[in-house]
Amino acid sequence: MSTSAVIAAAVPRAGFLRRRTRSYRLLTVPALVVVGAVIVFPWLFTLYMSAFDWKIGEAAHFVGLSNYTGLATNQRFIEAIVHTFYFTLLAVVFPLLLGTAAALIFHREFRGRGFLRAIFTLPMMATPVAVALVWTMMFHPQQGVLNYLLSLVGLPPSLWVYSPTWVIPSLVLVEVWHWTPLVMLIVLGGLAALPTEPYESARLDGASEWQLLRFITLPLIMPFIVVAAVIRTIDAVKAFDTIYVISSGGPGTASETINLYLYLQAFAFYNVGNASAVVVVFFGIIVALALLLLHVRERARWAA
Amino acid sequence: MTDFTPPETPDTSRRRLLQAGAGAAALGLLPGLGMRNAHAQGAFDWKRFKGQKIEVFLVKSPRGDLLTKYHKEFEDLTGIEVGSEMIPEQQQRQKAVIEFNSGNPSFDVIALSYHVQKRQFAKNNWLTDLRPYIGDASMASPDLDFADFAKGGLNYAVESDGRVMSLPMNLDPWVVYYNKELFAAKGVAYPKTFAEMIDAAAKLNDASKGISGFVGRGLKNANVPVWTSFLLGYGGGFTDAKGKLMTDSTEAIESAKMYQTLLAKYGPQGVSGYNWNESQTLFLQGKAAMWLDGIGFAQPLEDPTKSRIVGKVGYGVMPAGPKQQVSALFGDGEGIASNSKKKGPSWYYLQWASNKANQTRMLQAAAGAPVRNSAYAAAQQSSDFKAPKEWVDCMLKSAAIAQPGLPVISPVTEFRDVFGVALSNMLNGADPATELRKATADFQPVLDKSEKA
Repeated sequence: MSTSAVIAAAVPRAGFLRRRTRSYRLLTVPALVVVGAVIVFPWLFTLYMSAFDWKIGEAAHFVGLSNYTGLATNQRFIEAIVHTFYFTLLAVVFPLLLGTAAALIFHREFRGRGFLRAIFTLPMMATPVAVALVWTMMFHPQQGVLNYLLSLVGLPPSLWVYSPTWVIPSLVLVEVWHWTPLVMLIVLGGLAALPTEPYESARLDGASEWQLLRFITLPLIMPFIVVAAVIRTIDAVKAFDTIYVISSGGPGTASETINLYLYLQAFAFYNVGNASAVVVVFFGIIVALALLLLHVRERARWAA
Repeated sequence: MTDFTPPETPDTSRRRLLQAGAGAAALGLLPGLGMRNAHAQGAFDWKRFKGQKIEVFLVKSPRGDLLTKYHKEFEDLTGIEVGSEMIPEQQQRQKAVIEFNSGNPSFDVIALSYHVQKRQFAKNNWLTDLRPYIGDASMASPDLDFADFAKGGLNYAVESDGRVMSLPMNLDPWVVYYNKELFAAKGVAYPKTFAEMIDAAAKLNDASKGISGFVGRGLKNANVPVWTSFLLGYGGGFTDAKGKLMTDSTEAIESAKMYQTLLAKYGPQGVSGYNWNESQTLFLQGKAAMWLDGIGFAQPLEDPTKSRIVGKVGYGVMPAGPKQQVSALFGDGEGIASNSKKKGPSWYYLQWASNKANQTRMLQAAAGAPVRNSAYAAAQQSSDFKAPKEWVDCMLKSAAIAQPGLPVISPVTEFRDVFGVALSNMLNGADPATELRKATADFQPVLDKSEKA
C-alpha cells in the first residue's frame, strides 16, 4: 500500500514534468518551422540544385559535381573571385582608415561640431541606387564633373569606371564616400566610452599626443574598429547595386564580382543549376571569411 | 532619360534563312486572308465577347503607357474588361519565364521582344497560333489588313513552319544619325558604303576640339547590335544550316575590325563603357559626327531643351557593306498565352492594339516606329507631329532593307554577353580574330545544349 502510495504520488509529478518539457518543445515549433522554411530548406534545395544541369523551362539532368568542376576551370568565375577580393579589400581598408581619422577629429571639441558631424553622416542616408546613378554621371569621361574638377587643378582626365584598370578603384571611391560615415559613427561611439584616467597619467609621464594616440587611444578603440571592419566586410562582399548600376561588371568583365556573375547565370541566362553551384562556393568563401574575422575579433579582445 | 524607346539591345540569328523563306510564304498567305475577311464583314462583331475580362501583361515603356491610356476605348468598343500589368523590360522577361513555366500564367495577352524572346517562346509553345482566328471571317476584323504591315514585322511574327504566334506592333531598325554641320564644315558627304563610313569618321574625328568621328555602344551586351549591323553588311550570318556558329568567319572578323576601328580609333575615350544613353548625350552635345543606334531617338535630338543640334541632325540609312545593304532590325509585338482560357477576347485585344489608330498614336507620341505603313502618312497629317520628314523617309527605307539584328535562338542574352565581352575587349586593344574565336568556342556548347533541350 505504501509502495503504491509512493507510486501514486510520483506518477503525476513525473507526468507533470514530462508534460512541461513537452510543452516547452512545442513552443519552439513555430520558430523551427520558420527557420526550416526560410533558411534550412532553401539552403538544402540550393545544394540539391547545384548537382543538376538545369535551365528554367527545360528538363533538369543530374550531373553530380560537374557544375563545380566546371567552375574550377572557368576563367571568368575565377576572375570574378579575384575581383570580389580586390574590391572587398579596398572597400574595407579605406573606409576604416578615413572613418577612424574622421572620428578622431569629430571627437575633439570645436565650434559647429554637431552640425558638421551631421553633414558628414548624410551620404549614409542616401539610397544606394540613387547614389550610383549620380556617380555614373559624374564619372562620364567627357561630360562628367570629376574630369572637369581634375582639369581645374591641372590634372589630365581619367577614364574612371570606363577603364578596365581603374574601374574597381573608382567603384571603391563610391563605396568610401557612401560608407565612411558609418565607420566614423561606430568608432566615435568607442571614443566616447574611453576612460580619462589613462590619458591623465600618461600626460603626467610626459607622453606626446602621438604616443597618446598610438599607445592608448588606438588599442582601446580597436574592438570598435574590428566591429566596423566586420560590418564593412559583410557589406563589401555582398555589394551588388553600386556595381550593377555603375558598370554592370564592365568594361568587358573588369569589375564582374561573384554577385554580378551569379546574377547573370541565374536571372539573365536562367542556368539555375550552375548558379546554385556558384552560391554554394560563395557561401563557402563567406564562411571562411567569417571565421577569419571572428578569429581577429577574439584576438582584438585579448589584446584589449 | 529619353521619352523615346531606349532601343533595347537586339539580336539576329540562326534561322535567318529559314525565317526569310517563311516570311515570304506568310506574305503570300496573309494578305490573301485579309481579302477574304473583306468579303465577310457582316459576321464580325466587336461586341461578341461582351462582359468578359482579360489580363494583359505589358512592358513599362512609352508604348505600354500609351496602350494602357487608351484601354477605356477598347472596353467601350467591345464590352471586354481589361486588367493590365506593366513592369520594366528586364523584370517582365524574367516574370514571363516563371509564369509560363508554372503552366498557368496570370495573363492572357503578353508583349514580347522578338529579338530576345521569339525563339524561347516558340520552342516552349507558350503562345497561341493565331492562324485560325485570322482565317475566320467572324473573328477577324475587316480592318486587320496584313498588306499594311511592314515585311520585317511579319517576318518576326511568323515561325519557320508558318505559324503566326503574335501580331507585330513596333519596329526598331538601326540607322545612322549624323551631324550635318560637322559634315559640312569638313566637306564630307554622307557615306554610301562601309569604306566611305570609315573614311568619313577619320576625317571628322578631331581630338583637339573633342569631336569624335563616330560614337556607338561599347558596353558589353548592349554593343552586340553595333557589330552585327556591320556583320550583316559584310554578308556574314550567325549560324549555318546545321546550327554551327559562323561568328568566327572571315566576314565576322572583318566586321569586328570595322567595329574596333570606328569605336576605338574614332570614338570617344572610354567608349567601352558607353551604352545608348552615353552615346546620345555625346551626340546631343554636338561632340560626335555619326551615331549608329535604333531609330527611336528623333524626339530628344529635335528637342531644344535637351539638344544643341536641333535642325542639324541627318537621318541616314545604314551604308552598304561589301556584300549587301542591311539595317539591323529589332522589334516587339503581342501574343496570346497558349494556356489562356479567354483566347477570343484576347484576340480582339490584339487586333485593337495593332490597329491603325493605335499605331498612328504611337508614332505621334514618338513612342515607337509602327509596323503599319499607313500610320506614317496618317501621323504626318497631324499638326503636332514633330518628327522631321527625313526621319520618316529613313524609317521606311530602313524597314525595307531590314534583317533581324540578333540570332533567333533561345540563349540570346548569353550570346550577347559572351560576344559583348569580346567586343569590349577589342575596344581595349584585344585582337578581333582571337576574341571572336574564343567567344565562338565558348558559346557553341551553350547553343548546342539549348537546341537539344
